[in-house]
Amino acid sequence: MSGAPNSAAGVTPARALPGSGDERRHLIVAIVNNRPGVLNRVASLMRARNFNIESLAVSATERSDTSRMTLTIVGDEVHVEQATKQLYKLIDVLKVQDVTDEAIVEHELALIKVRVTGKSRPEVVSIAEMHRGRVVDLSDDAVIVEIVGEPSEVDRVVELLREFGIKELVRTGSVVMSRGSGSIEEQVKR
Amino acid sequence: MTQAKHVPGAGSSAALASERARKEMLRDARIERRGGPRPRIGADALCEALLLQGSTSIWGYPGGVILPLYDVLVDHPGLRHILVRHEQAAAHAADGYARASGKVGVCLGTSGPGATNLVTGIGTSMLDSVPVVAITGNVPGVLLGKDAFQEIDITGITLPMTKHNYLVRSADEIPHVIAEAFHIARSGRPGPVHVDITKDALMGETSAPHPTQSEVEAGLPGYRPKMDGNARQIKLLADAIAAAKRPLILAGHGVLIAQGERELLELARQAQIPIAWTLLGIGVVDEADPLAYGYMGMHGWKHVNRAIQSSDLLIGIGMRYDDRVTGNVRTFAPSAKIVHIDIDPAEIGKNVVADIPIVGDAKRVLEALLPMTERVDPAARATYFTELATWRKESESSAWHGSGGWRDGVLSADFVVERIAAGSGYDANLTADVGQNQMWVARYGGFKRANSHLSSGGLGTMGFALPAAMGAAIGTPEKTSWAIAGDGGFQMTLQELATIVQERIPVKIALMDNKKLGMIRQWQEIVYAGNYHSEQLAGPDYLKLCEAYGLPAWKVAKPEEVDAAVAAALAVDGPALIWFEIAERQNVYPMMPAGKGLSDLIDKWGDDGEDVTEGASGPRLDPTDPNAPKGGTE
Repeated sequence: MSGAPNSAAGVTPARALPGSGDERRHLIVAIVNNRPGVLNRVASLMRARNFNIESLAVSATERSDTSRMTLTIVGDEVHVEQATKQLYKLIDVLKVQDVTDEAIVEHELALIKVRVTGKSRPEVVSIAEMHRGRVVDLSDDAVIVEIVGEPSEVDRVVELLREFGIKELVRTGSVVMSRGSGSIEEQVKR
Repeated sequence: MTQAKHVPGAGSSAALASERARKEMLRDARIERRGGPRPRIGADALCEALLLQGSTSIWGYPGGVILPLYDVLVDHPGLRHILVRHEQAAAHAADGYARASGKVGVCLGTSGPGATNLVTGIGTSMLDSVPVVAITGNVPGVLLGKDAFQEIDITGITLPMTKHNYLVRSADEIPHVIAEAFHIARSGRPGPVHVDITKDALMGETSAPHPTQSEVEAGLPGYRPKMDGNARQIKLLADAIAAAKRPLILAGHGVLIAQGERELLELARQAQIPIAWTLLGIGVVDEADPLAYGYMGMHGWKHVNRAIQSSDLLIGIGMRYDDRVTGNVRTFAPSAKIVHIDIDPAEIGKNVVADIPIVGDAKRVLEALLPMTERVDPAARATYFTELATWRKESESSAWHGSGGWRDGVLSADFVVERIAAGSGYDANLTADVGQNQMWVARYGGFKRANSHLSSGGLGTMGFALPAAMGAAIGTPEKTSWAIAGDGGFQMTLQELATIVQERIPVKIALMDNKKLGMIRQWQEIVYAGNYHSEQLAGPDYLKLCEAYGLPAWKVAKPEEVDAAVAAALAVDGPALIWFEIAERQNVYPMMPAGKGLSDLIDKWGDDGEDVTEGASGPRLDPTDPNAPKGGTE
């Protein structure tokens, strides 16, 4: 024990640990070089740094030399900020933005294969239609319902269809875009 | 002291001259065989690119797919290829070269095992932000992914432990990729860059030109290191300094990388702030300077850790508040406002929450800060400085074995380190290994010069000292380079004795032999209740070993023999080794047990490791003796 003033634990409040705040879901958009291995770099970084990706959507952008990634991560502000800063360190990452608190459109698409009988089919179809979904495949004992919307809407439809028996479910994960004329892609410095 | 017979061998100047003549003959024969100029291939482009980047040495080891490069090396005489005995040593040597000289180090290996052997060294450079370009060959492009002979997904392996990496499949890409690799390795927060090149890319004909620096930078839109700190944040720091009563600078490697030592000292003098340093920050200030307070952290000086715990303003510059510095973050510097200056934005808020974060190059931020900082009269800090001086006197007197004898005159390690540093005029590069020896070097090296202390801080790589010291010796030939290694780390890479003899690299080796894995023993004594296991370490007769390698060597077991041996080793024109038989049970104090805080330092433990079997009069434990007590005698 050094006997240094102010050092006795209990007298001074403990220093806060980074990442110990309130957790919530964050939406991160990353514009990256469209090159082989970039997805691997992002995924490897998130794994190595102990960030848990809830969903990840990757696709082309307006420009053929870049791709866009949308990641959802759960954590406190510091933890998620750390994730974005680590992402920025990748040479192939051109722009990263946490858009959670911005005005955005957030959508995902789900395909849901539901077990049906002659009797239950109309009910399933009407649930889909009521939620701006549509039936994209029809067979004797199953239909595929396609739903596009906010993740909470998709959750609701999945919940409603569960009682009929879901044979298969696939979701794309969220993709987001800011409302208004602002563009993340246009902010990329070239 | 006993001296081994010096065996003149491969390292003699006559042997080197004949080797040179042989190479020239080979080169002439080759040109004749070709019957004229040959086309430029990828391997040529690689050599040109290295030379354009200012590289003059490559540490490497040949193998199947990298042979096209060795086939053209003779045509690029500006590049000295130094053949190591294991690729790990090539990576450490490139690292040591970079740390000592500030230039980018280059290492080379073949595919498969050659590449995986480099990995430990690349990781070492990554954790300590050392600029190294590691080049590996890979199987021809058509064989990639087919599990071909000596094929491994090496870019997949190095991806998380490099600043960036490349797989090059065409000769035309080589000039640009190499230029980019060097730019990325040395700029911003430096780090290793790995370039994997397929055999067909090395062999393919190419006319691709070398890019200019501005072309390289323009091609990297996702890489723009932020050099200048935010002016408003810097003003906040200046205000905080003006208000602080107990400010303390925590200087790290970033200050050395930015070459900001002069600005750091100016700030310290102007605002009368003492400087503490991290392991990799050693050398940031002359340790004899009145404002140099000392080495901090787990095995740092007690007075320094005390100053941190009582500080009201910690100014961390180019350091990362890592766990070896802070201990338990929750009890770290409870009353201090934390300032964090670093070029890497991701370091800020990673380990501690910073009150004043500043992203930027250490030198540039200090330059901006100086004009805003008020001059402080030393008298205004009289109470603070008096207290610091008292603490310092206390902690320095308790830890030091200045007499050279630890327990009944057995040689003490701290004394040896101090005599090596003094004997070399406090101007040599001291490369430490990992473990107790590393902490003794950090504490007792008495450093005065930037980049004169080399240590694997982040990764803590045993076996680092000898190969890294080779690199330092080539990188700064005007300085003496010592490798100070324990018998554990030394035995991990001692194959490089052949390299220093063959290439006549003048490394002076101080082997700190306690016939133990000393730090393991210390932890087992203190943390694991004396439950010793696997800490006894048999070793060869190092004089015979050195004789076999043709290396001058001395054995020293008494304090009074140390100075003469150091002088004798320094007098050798070339490599030499001193085998120090040091106390077997000496611990490094103070020590902060893992998970504890800086206020929980251990000064001594139990009987301080004293053992009746040890001492000038008692027998030493002989680990090669099958009847020797296993796992200690306590």
